[in-house]
Amino acid sequence: MKTLAIHLAASVGLLAAVPAVQAADEIVIGDIDDFSGTYADVAGNGAVEAIRMAIADFGGSVLGRKITVLTADHQNKPDIGASKFREWADQSGLNVLLGGSNTGVSIAMAKVAASKKIPFFALGAGGSSLTNEDCTAYSVHYVYDTTALANGTATTIVQNGGKNWFYLTADYAFGTQLQNAASKVVEANGGKTLGAVRVPLGESDFSSFLLQAQGSGAQVLGLANAGEDFSNSLKAANEFGITRKMKPAALLAFITNIDSLGLQTAQGLYLTTGWYWDLNEETRAFGKRFFAKMNKMPTMDSGGYYSATLTYLKAVKAVGSTDPDKIMAELKRTKINDMFAKGGYIRADGVMIHDMYVMQVKTPQESKYPWDYYKVLRVMKGEEAFGPITGLCPLAPK
Amino acid sequence: MAEIFGIPVAVILGQLMLGLVNGSFYALLSLGLAVIFGLMGIVNFAHGAFYALGAFVALLSLQHLGVNYWFALALSPLVIALLGILLERLFLRHLYRLDPLYGLLLTFGIALVIEGCLHQYFGASGQSYPVPAALRGVFDLGFMILPIYRAWVILVSVIICFGVWFIIERTRLGGTLRAATENAPLLQAFGVNVPLLVAVTYGGGVALAALAGGLSAPVILVSPQMGSSLVIVVFAVVVIGGMGSILGAIISGMALGLIEGLTKVIYPEASNIVVFLIMALVLIFRPAGLFGRE
Repeated sequence: MKTLAIHLAASVGLLAAVPAVQAADEIVIGDIDDFSGTYADVAGNGAVEAIRMAIADFGGSVLGRKITVLTADHQNKPDIGASKFREWADQSGLNVLLGGSNTGVSIAMAKVAASKKIPFFALGAGGSSLTNEDCTAYSVHYVYDTTALANGTATTIVQNGGKNWFYLTADYAFGTQLQNAASKVVEANGGKTLGAVRVPLGESDFSSFLLQAQGSGAQVLGLANAGEDFSNSLKAANEFGITRKMKPAALLAFITNIDSLGLQTAQGLYLTTGWYWDLNEETRAFGKRFFAKMNKMPTMDSGGYYSATLTYLKAVKAVGSTDPDKIMAELKRTKINDMFAKGGYIRADGVMIHDMYVMQVKTPQESKYPWDYYKVLRVMKGEEAFGPITGLCPLAPK
Repeated sequence: MAEIFGIPVAVILGQLMLGLVNGSFYALLSLGLAVIFGLMGIVNFAHGAFYALGAFVALLSLQHLGVNYWFALALSPLVIALLGILLERLFLRHLYRLDPLYGLLLTFGIALVIEGCLHQYFGASGQSYPVPAALRGVFDLGFMILPIYRAWVILVSVIICFGVWFIIERTRLGGTLRAATENAPLLQAFGVNVPLLVAVTYGGGVALAALAGGLSAPVILVSPQMGSSLVIVVFAVVVIGGMGSILGAIISGMALGLIEGLTKVIYPEASNIVVFLIMALVLIFRPAGLFGRE
């Protein structure tokens, strides 16, 4: 009986220790992202730093209310992401959620955003279904999507003579969406798909699949994968001499991937990015500030996190409240002008339309200073990159 | 061109060759696991973490101390062996009298701690380790291009596997090691320092993982999570070979590499589950594994 009493007392103590609902005089920004897996270097802690930089630049408060940040690791599992989002919505007075890095998790979190009526900025997740079949009135898709990546990289390569493609595709939603988007673009430009091989996620040896790619006789090796899969497949393609006969196309690559591969391996690669630290004075200034804190240059996702935070805070200030419907209306009405985007805007279906950059990775001789990795081949206007409204999202009829 | 089941022979030969390379890694890793389980009865879940750590030791010693590949290949197993001995003396030795589950939990925890630390300091994207100059270039085998480095991996793996098998099955030291599993108190009565022997065995087992890590560093990106994806497959290999069977681990490692290679041509989507499918079949028909003793 005595032990029971102790247990009861202990549980009551624990209950009391659970933080109460955040005081209503705070603005709560949540960030649910991959902090420990393969995408942790793309966003992760760097993204949190970018959010804090944006808050600091905004002055640390809005409407006289202090701004606080909550973070959680979704471990690339949709159920964890969705339940954390729900918990914050119910218990922590969450006002806006940033996050993603994983299409599957982002789709799950978008559903929660709709049911809890909380604005959700998907950053770093590729799947364009987020603003098509899976769109919601509270979702915004920032930085890039599979359509924009394909329009950038695939168009450029086909126009440069790379007509016949073979795809190495990550065997999950993102890989399939990326391959489909790319092959549509390739075929629209007069190219052909000679074949594809679906590779299990997290494969450690790509050589077998690469030999199949080589056997197809295609000119272009389309890498419809990301993160470590991308780096390891490109590394193996070099080792087996496949890059001498086939031109590799990075359908999604981040600057951290290029950094870990080294220019010797990555040189000449075409890729599409939503942002780059070395575009102009403003981006360089941000890059340097970020580097001082994180000891690496920001990825396009980190830049996007900074911009998305500012965009939300500006909307709160303009509306004078955190009412989600008023905020969403304001977000879709106002142009975005900051170091990430010039004249960007959030379309009815939730895509943030902004310029995209088709890049080529520099050779070791061309690179003059650390993190000097890309040369801009072409700036794609937002409308061209993200394509017309498809009509799949009920919010945006064709 | 000649074909088998509609697949060109050249393609099949190429895939078999690559399967042999992967099989070499499986064999080296499962060998270490088999040694540790066979002689100590510990299910070493930290094996993947030691593999990653071995690659990191090679990478860091190159970056900070200028240690070249050949020395690193000797240095990293040595460093990891010492670490393994330390961990055995500090933690593992308390668990021998308990259910094997405790050893599994402890080593799983160690794996999480090691991977977490690597993650904290080096990030997730991984780093490149250059292929040593002497092993650059390729062999043109006619049916495929084989990088010299991959051939080197097969060679090292075969030599090490045979060496370890010979030491354990054919030498006096191996006999003593096996006696320690059979009847430790009796062996101790003969004046053998059994605790030391056990600690060195664990060190030796994890050193094999570190060697595999050092070998794989030039092939894939060195990253904290490189071991966690591999260790599950390697466990399946050990189960198929028969828990604790040295020869079983070597042969099934190579054989499963080959089977996986063929699967990658016939039905690529299944290549990451074929090993587990075989494991399930083996467990149904020969629960002790192909080479295990009932």
